[in-house]
Amino acid sequence: MPKDFGIGASTKRREDARFLTGNGQYTDDINIHGQAYAHFLRSQVAHGKISAVNVEAAAAMPGVIRIFTGADFEGVGGLPCGWQVTDRHGEPMKEPGHPVLAQGKVRHVGDPIAAVVAESAAEARDAAEAIEVEIEELPAVIDMKAAVEGGPLVHDDIGSNLCYDWGFIEDNRDEVDAAIRDAHHVTTLELTNNRLVPNAMEPRVAVGDYNAANDESTLYTTSQNPHVIRLLMGAFVLAVPEHKLRVVAPDVGGGFGSKIFHYAEEAFCTLAARQLRRAVKWTASRSEAFVTDAHGRDHVTRIELALDDGGHFVAIRTSTLANLGAYLSTFAPSIPTWLHGTLMAGNYRTPLIYVNVRAVFTNTVPVDAYRGAGRPEATFQLERVIDKAARELGIDPIEIRRRNFIAAEDFPYATPVALEYDTGNYHATMDRLEEIADLQGFEARAETSQAKGKLRGLGVNCYIEACGIAPSNLVGQLGARAGLYESATVRVNATGSVTVMTGSHSHGQGHETTFPQVVADMLGIEEGQVNILHGDTANTPMGMGTYGSRSIAVGGAAMVRATEKIISKAKKIAAHLMEASAEDIEFSEGAFKVAGTDKQVAWGDVCLAAYVPHNYPLAELEPGLEETAFYDPANFTFPAGAYACEVELDPETGKVDVCSFAAADDFGNIINPMIVDGQVHGGIAQGVGQALLENAVYDSDGQLLSGSYMDYAMPRADDVPSFTVDHSCQTPCTHNPLGVKGCGEAGAIGSPPAVVNAVVDALSRGGYEVAHIDMPLSPSRVWQAMNA
Amino acid sequence: MYDFEFERPATVADAVAALRTEGAQVLAGGQTIIPTMKNRLAQPVKLVSVGGIADMSGVSVGDGCLTVGAATCHADVAAAAAGAYPALASLAANIGDPAVRNRGTIGGSIANDDPASCYPAAVLASGADIITDRRRLAADDFFLGMFETALEEGELILEVSFPIPDAASYQKFEQPASRFALVGAFVARSGGLVRVAITGASDSGVFRWREAEAALSDDFSRSSLNGLALSPEGMISDIHGTPEYRAHLAGVLTARAVEAA
Repeated sequence: MPKDFGIGASTKRREDARFLTGNGQYTDDINIHGQAYAHFLRSQVAHGKISAVNVEAAAAMPGVIRIFTGADFEGVGGLPCGWQVTDRHGEPMKEPGHPVLAQGKVRHVGDPIAAVVAESAAEARDAAEAIEVEIEELPAVIDMKAAVEGGPLVHDDIGSNLCYDWGFIEDNRDEVDAAIRDAHHVTTLELTNNRLVPNAMEPRVAVGDYNAANDESTLYTTSQNPHVIRLLMGAFVLAVPEHKLRVVAPDVGGGFGSKIFHYAEEAFCTLAARQLRRAVKWTASRSEAFVTDAHGRDHVTRIELALDDGGHFVAIRTSTLANLGAYLSTFAPSIPTWLHGTLMAGNYRTPLIYVNVRAVFTNTVPVDAYRGAGRPEATFQLERVIDKAARELGIDPIEIRRRNFIAAEDFPYATPVALEYDTGNYHATMDRLEEIADLQGFEARAETSQAKGKLRGLGVNCYIEACGIAPSNLVGQLGARAGLYESATVRVNATGSVTVMTGSHSHGQGHETTFPQVVADMLGIEEGQVNILHGDTANTPMGMGTYGSRSIAVGGAAMVRATEKIISKAKKIAAHLMEASAEDIEFSEGAFKVAGTDKQVAWGDVCLAAYVPHNYPLAELEPGLEETAFYDPANFTFPAGAYACEVELDPETGKVDVCSFAAADDFGNIINPMIVDGQVHGGIAQGVGQALLENAVYDSDGQLLSGSYMDYAMPRADDVPSFTVDHSCQTPCTHNPLGVKGCGEAGAIGSPPAVVNAVVDALSRGGYEVAHIDMPLSPSRVWQAMNA
Repeated sequence: MYDFEFERPATVADAVAALRTEGAQVLAGGQTIIPTMKNRLAQPVKLVSVGGIADMSGVSVGDGCLTVGAATCHADVAAAAAGAYPALASLAANIGDPAVRNRGTIGGSIANDDPASCYPAAVLASGADIITDRRRLAADDFFLGMFETALEEGELILEVSFPIPDAASYQKFEQPASRFALVGAFVARSGGLVRVAITGASDSGVFRWREAEAALSDDFSRSSLNGLALSPEGMISDIHGTPEYRAHLAGVLTARAVEAA
């Protein structure tokens, strides 16, 4: 019987009422009396030396208030990088500057050169066109291999285009080399993980405001983590202390990682508002979003999988070039390293693993976290090379995976790449997948397809991810320049309703529904009696925001801890009211009872007593009922699953249709199954998008060829089937109070290899021996592979 | 968008007069010109909307022809041509999305002559006539190349007259992002004569595949295309397909159109 209340209930999303009726309050809906508008003049060339920026004529244009150039930001900090990776020789990564407005050079198409602030957006844009910029164009370096082999330098001051050469675990390198050299069989695969443009539905917006009366700045921005932006921008860019800086991220229309980072436009609007003493607003156009939002993925990898004569994995060795783009985005260095290399064990007992990543600067938009962030890159190469190995050795692709699974009784399991998986049951999720995907019926479906002249293929794979990011002491050792705890304040109001202030941020995840489910369940009150506040540094405790499938596992845990403190204090108040000992108070279903008696007081009576403390133990207990907790996770969480995709391929055109997609996930305990379904649906749609459609393509001059929806193919409703998702296999997380693991990224991590495995299978069944096709598997690429 | 003048005349005569201003441009459905202007990639001095000219909208059938007013939107063609010329109706019903189909017009489409648009294939394969304020142009003389037609400065398309073929089909293979035709093939058979027009494929815009026409005029069956292939030379090369792929698709789609006609 499904629950209809609290943890485990499919409560409908309360936030949808305002979103669906046009009552959302997004950043672009915020208009401050007297605000001015900013427009950025952006580089049209990928690489060049700025010889002159003449703003004289533009400054005289109607409505222009002021034009800013790089020179205005010389005394201002650059955009900081939040993670320092150490290379395989023990040296820190190269960390070139990232100015708010370009200084001396432009390094990618879209790099901001100047910013016009004017009375209207149109006047700002008109004036920007009148700015005379002289750029001495330099050869651009786009291809990563060329970049590391002596191509033009993106940053002259660091002497090469290599940010770091990372080895993980470096001490294992020789042993891994030896194991591969001596192995019974080695399967090798070279592949590309395609570059993606994040494409949140809401483009980025920033509104800077300044109150001269109290010298306070406010930034309204499209962010996944307003406290992080306040810290980075205040401390490192503008030198404004936290108590004079408020950052608000109101309703945000999707992020997928791209709104984690601190962007130049945020700092610009905040600074310009301070200097001009009036609010300054910037709203990105979709075209701007393509060339300024940090892109995702963009790896080129060679992976080798060594197996023994029984088909057991003996060793894995990988070598990857990871594109960082022109500048270090906020968390860019961590993605191809700690969020990628540590996942190379996957769901398997591979004893020896060595991962090498060379991260490279190119004249392209910066690359950073995008839904999954490093983990899709790891999963894709691993699950593709396993599939290839199965084909080479004639082993069924499910059987080879099962043969190598970490067994249920092996948990906790320490991988050779530094993680300790707390729980999991990979055979159980695979069992479940075989049922829900009706794998037994595949051959019959393949025959039906064949009768229509189509090739049907089945792709199966597993994934694991490290979520609930992250233990602060651990990530500190790994180079993070931030803690990754989360916070919550639970404020019980005098009449018993509850306001929760969380450091997590909802931009599509449904926190306004699910967080109250947890608190209401714990307190035995109606969900409608609980509200959450998020997204405003002025009324939430310092928290690190939402990404890495961390909100419920870390933010939810903080909220549970704070609620536990509330219950503990409320028991003391109840004990006083009933003249009993606090140890004898039992709390359930919203009532405090004295154990073994029929004495009880209701939740509401205790809350009222806390705020109207006429009859209250004032000598021992403070009045009021409000508690804050900070929760720092002891470990990552490890959601895992098994996915199956069936495709039909038209051999005449190369077009691939996804006929069915089944996902069996283990997310541990689940707060709201319907919202989890939605997260998996969205993730799979994004993964299918990466596998079949999406591709950010630069030409050799550094122009983005897929710079609009005319050429960048987003997945649409008719590109995906109705999904079959199941999360009934649950091995609860052992180290957080809710036993939850997180579900936001799973679909995007697990689905691309399933699609590609299915296409390779379809081709094989049609007699085409194609070992691999790089994503996206567009009709033309598939056709070319068939006709190579 | 830069400033521009705007006129919305009620008659063809007034529209033609308004178009005499240098730098004036016709605004029909605005599905190309408006986004182009919003991106500041076009700067017409004046837009002359034909949306208020009743005579330019509507679909009529007579004398074996289906005539479409130049300002008729795709959705209206899809509905009104379904009985008389289903292949044309189906083409119109699959252009863009509902918003595009309810704004975009046939006149706007063929005047713009985007090499990946659908209508030029129908107009050329049907052997339609394009009637303007000053003359009647055969389709074979109208399309001159990519974004290039025989229209003169200020010339206004009034209607397009399609001889209704005995059998026809349009097969579109969508470019994955824009869903314009990566390649589209329109096959029309009238008596023993077959015309085949290919859109989306060539650097020179829509064109007739004469060899296929000859083969199909002899024997209107898929198998008569066996051994025929278009040369990749002059085909479009972009991130969505090579010239070889486009040439190949043109063959596949033509064959499918023959089957479906």
